[in-house]
Amino acid sequence: MRILAALVTVLAMAALAQPARRSGFDEMAPALRAMQQDDAANPAMLWVAEGEALWRQPAGPANKACADCHGDARASMRGVAARYPAFDAQGSAPIDLAGRIQHCRTDRQGASPWPRESEALLAITAYVGLQSRGLPVAPPDDPRLNAFVAAGEALYRERRGQLDLSCAQCHDANAGRRLAGSVIPQGHPTGYPIYRLEWQGMGSLQRRLRNCMVGVRSEPFAYGAPEYIALELFLMRRAAGMTVETPAVRP
Amino acid sequence: MARVLITLPQAARRGEVIEIRTLIQHLMETGYRPDAQGAVVPRDILRRFSCAYDGVEVFAMQLAPAIAANPYIAFCTVATHSGTLAFTWTGDNGFSQTETRTITVT
Repeated sequence: MRILAALVTVLAMAALAQPARRSGFDEMAPALRAMQQDDAANPAMLWVAEGEALWRQPAGPANKACADCHGDARASMRGVAARYPAFDAQGSAPIDLAGRIQHCRTDRQGASPWPRESEALLAITAYVGLQSRGLPVAPPDDPRLNAFVAAGEALYRERRGQLDLSCAQCHDANAGRRLAGSVIPQGHPTGYPIYRLEWQGMGSLQRRLRNCMVGVRSEPFAYGAPEYIALELFLMRRAAGMTVETPAVRP
Repeated sequence: MARVLITLPQAARRGEVIEIRTLIQHLMETGYRPDAQGAVVPRDILRRFSCAYDGVEVFAMQLAPAIAANPYIAFCTVATHSGTLAFTWTGDNGFSQTETRTITVT
């Protein structure tokens, strides 16, 4: 009996030491959750509709659409977003989903790439991301990624900017507490690209990371920088097994 | 053309109250915000939304600068007969867009 009680205490302490992972969704008000869960009310679905149109629209001198190679996205893109960032053999570096789409656009379609954070790139990324909604985040088990994951974790734990804060100091040590009126989320990027009310529009994880960097008054990296990809790589490992919510709504 | 999402039942019984929900992609620029140079960004909002059921207006609303971007408008009407619902948004800078959906009433 005493052993059992000791075991229960140890388990309870373990549970305290490692709080359950919570998506930003779990911290939101009921009205906002309802907005995300209802496709007729989620404004991100406007971008998804745009992305669906782009999927079928031929582009570049090859005059090929995404659909000409990949067919129906609902089948061919299922689970794809849950695996990114992945290792890109061509660039010998990890690549995020938006980067992979750009590769397809420039190499296969021969079209000019869309700028990062452009409406078109966000729309097609949201459309591809939607096909993985409800699936668990499944980072690839690729040893070539290990060094980049470590680099991402180092960035996550590095103190930055005039406020001298690391990501971990808020999103691990103080997650669930409040920064002014807002709950500090654990920082699991399960729903990107997101519709953020503060932006009154759609944005990628890189835009969100940039937000935090400016918040601690450090110089943000340029869009598409390898540092962002490394951070995303680490964060997706950290969120492995959580449910993909793309396209999510956040306050 | 702004992208629009309209959710309504395709079929309904006569006399049934149906819910119609609409979303439209629009900036809803308030006209009060300064840009990076300090100049006020001119107002660009939707001013009016209306829904006509076979030509008869069954719902209309005026929109104001305090309404968020990509306005979501939901309302109810009574399904009286099979016909066409026309949704019209009009706004600043000559914005005007009409989308139609049909409904079968039995």
